[in-house]
Amino acid sequence: MRENLHRFFRAARGAGVHVSPAESIDAMRAVAQVGVTDRAILRDALLLTLAKSQDEKLALGDCFDLFFSQPEPRQDQPEANNDDTSEDQDQSASSDATSDAGEGQPPEELGPLAQMLLSQDRNAISAAIASASGAASLSDIRYSTQRGIFSSRILDAMGLQRLRDDLDELTATNPALAERLRAALDALREAVRDTVSQGLALYAREEAENLRNEILRNAPLARIERRQVAEMRALIRQIARRLRERYSKPRKRQRRGHLDVRRTLRRNAAWGGIPFLTAWKRKHRDRPKIVALCDVSGSVAQVSDFFLLLIHSLHEVVDDVRSFAFSSHLIEVSDILEKKSPEEAMAEIMSKVGFGSSDYGSSLVDFEKDFMRTLTPQTTVIVLGDARSNNLDPRADILRRVSERSKRLVWLNPEGRLAWGFGDSEMPRYATFCTVVRQCATAQQLERAVSDIVATYQ
Amino acid sequence: MAEQKASTSIEAVESGLAAQGYIASRQIATAVYLSQQIEKPILVEGPAGVGKTELAKAIAAWSGKKMIRLQCYEGLDEAKALYEWKYAKQLLYTQILKDKLGEVLGGAQTLHEALGQLHDFGDVFFSKEFVEPRPLLQALEQPGGCVLLIDEIDKSDAEFESLLLEILSDFQVTIPELGTVSAITPPTVILTSNSERDLGDALKRRCLHLHIGFPEQRLEERIVESRVPGISQTLRRQMVGFIHEIRSLDLKKLPSVSETIDWARVLVLLQATELDTEIVKDTLNVLLKYEADIEAASPQITTFIAKAARSNVFG
Repeated sequence: MRENLHRFFRAARGAGVHVSPAESIDAMRAVAQVGVTDRAILRDALLLTLAKSQDEKLALGDCFDLFFSQPEPRQDQPEANNDDTSEDQDQSASSDATSDAGEGQPPEELGPLAQMLLSQDRNAISAAIASASGAASLSDIRYSTQRGIFSSRILDAMGLQRLRDDLDELTATNPALAERLRAALDALREAVRDTVSQGLALYAREEAENLRNEILRNAPLARIERRQVAEMRALIRQIARRLRERYSKPRKRQRRGHLDVRRTLRRNAAWGGIPFLTAWKRKHRDRPKIVALCDVSGSVAQVSDFFLLLIHSLHEVVDDVRSFAFSSHLIEVSDILEKKSPEEAMAEIMSKVGFGSSDYGSSLVDFEKDFMRTLTPQTTVIVLGDARSNNLDPRADILRRVSERSKRLVWLNPEGRLAWGFGDSEMPRYATFCTVVRQCATAQQLERAVSDIVATYQ
Repeated sequence: MAEQKASTSIEAVESGLAAQGYIASRQIATAVYLSQQIEKPILVEGPAGVGKTELAKAIAAWSGKKMIRLQCYEGLDEAKALYEWKYAKQLLYTQILKDKLGEVLGGAQTLHEALGQLHDFGDVFFSKEFVEPRPLLQALEQPGGCVLLIDEIDKSDAEFESLLLEILSDFQVTIPELGTVSAITPPTVILTSNSERDLGDALKRRCLHLHIGFPEQRLEERIVESRVPGISQTLRRQMVGFIHEIRSLDLKKLPSVSETIDWARVLVLLQATELDTEIVKDTLNVLLKYEADIEAASPQITTFIAKAARSNVFG
């Protein structure tokens, strides 16, 4: 069972549940307590010790069911032992032969695999497959392309070579039996293929996912295919979560610090220095201030989706964030982002100002008119957009004033540098007033940019 | 007595908790059993009102231990949770003992000597007498062990979590001036969370992770049976069935077990013997806490009652 549990941990990792060595030790201890005879309790115990969230519990539960629906490899099944590809094969053959004597006895001189196939003992066969999968270390399978090689490895481990020889011999001596054996072999191949597919589902999920994530991470946001959008969102959420964990918001906390001895003594001078009243030091903290302006116009619709998601996470990470969204005019969206879930918030923002044709000039006018006062010398302003203003007046002068009033002005542009300044792109003109201009076209670039911004406040 | 109980099996946990009026699912019982066997805290997650806090109370009552409760909130820090120095007392003592200090130092001939003598007394004011133990330290100091409930850990700050780690893994805490205080008897620790904020991996790794969701119909009936003994069997089945139907709606706040119990009590009080549209309409505000939810559920009442009644025939 020990070996089996280790295989299960590996399968659990494949299912996306992070099983650290410490957790596997805990699981071992728990299993030692509850025993393995009651599957339901074993399942509970493993779920309790290994899974750390409801999602993980579901994944692990599925994994458990899939895993334990497989027959256990032979060392755990003493009763299957003698049916197996081993030297006590004669005994098993005779016992099998007596059980289905009506089928005609498999000739004694055949190899163990042929004996087993002809005797049609399903339990023995699946136990043999399981143990051969162990020998071929099926749990190392990572990619779907490896299916063929693992299938043949398993078949080899079961003694395919000997079976081929037997078949050749039988074709000459006993064609009918050879036919039966060939059919059984086909069935066996199929069963092995299924086992390998199951193994792939069990052990390879994580690797495949990592690979896919890696590709997604570096894919241009604007050119994500429809089917990838959901995955991309999950990835951005993951990035947001990581940002949040790393830079978790300094929440409202007690401002009382240590005893202020000097002030205490002074305050109590009237009582001869006996401290009836105590005075406390207060903690001071620089309040981070971020103002984010997000372009949600048609030209960047797909990317702004992800931008908004990230701004949403900014709201969770940093205390003082104000967010604005615009395409042809600008509105404040801080409240929506604070109060609603990412999906709801994005839908609402998009329905209010999204998908229009962008007009940076008038949006900046809106900002100057209503919100210029919110900028202080501590504010970092982030603009997310492609700076394509449909040949309308870009009003770069307002951006200059924004830059002058704030500490930093960061522009994140989803377009590549090559495109800046061509067509209706006003990027070069805006760029002169920005502290930092970065291309921000992939999830990875987005993560780095936001991480840098937030990190300056820690 | 407590020691005997700890060593018994999962069924014993189940019946032990049941004797305290807490009907536990097998998963809950397994968690409690395991936490006692391998001495690990349990992190209980789930929606509000499914009995997370009740579980800690039931364990305490069952094992006959004292329950110490730490309610978490934003800004909770070690001074509130762990220990604090009694600064005023320290200062007061220094002042009052000023003369005594003079006496002690009187014997010293040189400044150097005086300083040396002062050093010997330096630690007096940072000793056990001046520590004010808060819930966590109290829990460690209980000679007979206790049940430590750290309620709504998700409401606290991330820094507070780190503070807990030492206690959760080793049942000890380090006070810089005093050294390490280890638990006399490791407490049974229950942490609860409504998942308002993701907890750190380090914390999760130290705990058994138990998720209590809405119970299955049978289990919920048993819970009602144990909590509201006066209720008739038909009514119990109908109301639990009805609540399960309600939970399938998309509501702001789904009714949880505590609401089920409240509702059962109300129905008994109104001497109802079975559900009808009238009585449900009148008492829906016990079950649903938002006006919008009540409006959303109201048109469905009759259908739900019928469904609940039908399922009883087969169930």
